Amino acid sequence: MHQAGSGSDPGGGPPHSAPDGAHRSRVTLRVNGTDRDLDVDHRVTLLDALRETLELTGTKKGCDHGQCGACTVLVDGRRANSCLLLAVAQDGAEVTTVEGLADADGTLHPLQRAFLAHDAFQCGYCTPGQLCSAVGVLGEAADGQPSHVTGTAAPSGPVTLTTDEIRERLSGNLCRCGAYNGIVEAVAEVGAGMNGADVTAPSSSAIPPRPDVIV
Amino acid sequence: MKPFAYVRATSLQQAVDAHACRPGSRYLGGGTNLVDLMKHDVETPTTLIDISRLPLNRVEELPAGGLRIGATVPNADLAAHPLVRSGYPALSQALLAGASGQLRNVATTGGNLLQRTRCPYFQDVSKPCNKRDPGTGCGARDSTYRDLAVLGHSEHCVATHPSDMAVALAALDAGIELYGDTEGPRQVAATAFHRLPGAHPEQDTLIRPGEIVTAVVLPPAAPGAVSLYRKARDRASYAFALASVAAVLELADGRVRHVALAFGGLAHRPWRATVAEQLLAGAPLTDENVLRAVDAELAQARPLRGNAFKVGLARNLARDSLAALAQACGGEPPERLP
Repeated sequence: MHQAGSGSDPGGGPPHSAPDGAHRSRVTLRVNGTDRDLDVDHRVTLLDALRETLELTGTKKGCDHGQCGACTVLVDGRRANSCLLLAVAQDGAEVTTVEGLADADGTLHPLQRAFLAHDAFQCGYCTPGQLCSAVGVLGEAADGQPSHVTGTAAPSGPVTLTTDEIRERLSGNLCRCGAYNGIVEAVAEVGAGMNGADVTAPSSSAIPPRPDVIV
Repeated sequence: MKPFAYVRATSLQQAVDAHACRPGSRYLGGGTNLVDLMKHDVETPTTLIDISRLPLNRVEELPAGGLRIGATVPNADLAAHPLVRSGYPALSQALLAGASGQLRNVATTGGNLLQRTRCPYFQDVSKPCNKRDPGTGCGARDSTYRDLAVLGHSEHCVATHPSDMAVALAALDAGIELYGDTEGPRQVAATAFHRLPGAHPEQDTLIRPGEIVTAVVLPPAAPGAVSLYRKARDRASYAFALASVAAVLELADGRVRHVALAFGGLAHRPWRATVAEQLLAGAPLTDENVLRAVDAELAQARPLRGNAFKVGLARNLARDSLAALAQACGGEPPERLP
């Protein structure tokens, strides 16, 4: 059995205590900063482990086939569809869900505040995935990763998150309420703030934090 | 999903050994296609051999030029790699035209090559499909589903290969490195790796049972060559190609010194347009010559019910792509025929 936080160990063989041919294994996931030991059926996805075993139901199950983005979480800092990841294969991974975006004192993440300020949701079902995906987008753009709409002659370095860039980069997150305009505005505002402004400052419309809204 | 055992491989040899002694096992990379197919019961492995943590995640410059791309390099990382963006823009553009940001972060180079068709008859176990279940027939051929092949299909299968990346690799003359328990290491041309369906559509590629894709090798990019990837789809992002083209062009004194043209979305494999290439080699890159060459290639097309539009779409994509590349080579875009 891997010890907590042993994710960098490449590991080997049948995982740990599982006898050869077994259909269950013990895994450790570091979820929102806390190590969680789980005994999982190999068929369990990271999404189901989060929701049903760890009772972190903020992450939503939409299509369950990687097409809608509702299940998006951050795995070792990269956004991913948790419905297509097997929990057993994620042993040692660091996972951040929507529950882990706000500060410990309840101060919402700048993107959460911007979503409130820009009315970036209606029913809210896709919102946790939109938020985790947008966190990934901000990091990828700051890291200079191109998208399909980034000019081929674009200089290396951080990518400016124009409306076209945001729409392309978030195309893996569907919103059946059609709140896209608000989502794009919210991400653009926080993205612009990252280019120099203080992203930890309250968003322009100064809506007070409402930790009860995004669950 | 059926229950299965799980083995995390610690070395390439251990992985192929584990596969050899576990009938019905499958290798797991990023899993973005395999896990989905397991949910549909299209794939029912007895064991998953996880090769995602093998040290195959590097992009290396080769001593004689060119790149060796490890099989577990994620699609997002490969698309963003500075040497890929500068030397092989068609590959970077093809990767970025595929899937979503989340999927590209997880999907691997090897897995992208080995992904299965998205033909809905293949993915639905209640339907006949010779690719999924040989001998049951093809439900797609006479259906209203339109995203089917126009080139190289057989009476047994009309599916298309869904990869964008593989189309760019075909045009870039890439090699695919494989490793097997009995075969040892071997390399095959990307253009030969994927098969036409013939009587055996269950075989997408020439990979043998138990073999692992270990790397993709790109030859050195010619100094004056330019490349691009263009894709037409039903929506602006996050959709498979109706038709796509990867093109490489090098001009010398206004004449074609090297051209490579590969189509995606049209066939069971990336379709290298060798007929068109031969007609263009050494010729001035005029619109007339381009159209004659592309039309000669697409004369082989046998559209099915409802997908003849793909032929015209591919023609226009190839024409526009070569015109754009001629301009990028420093020349004028060819004057367009009416």
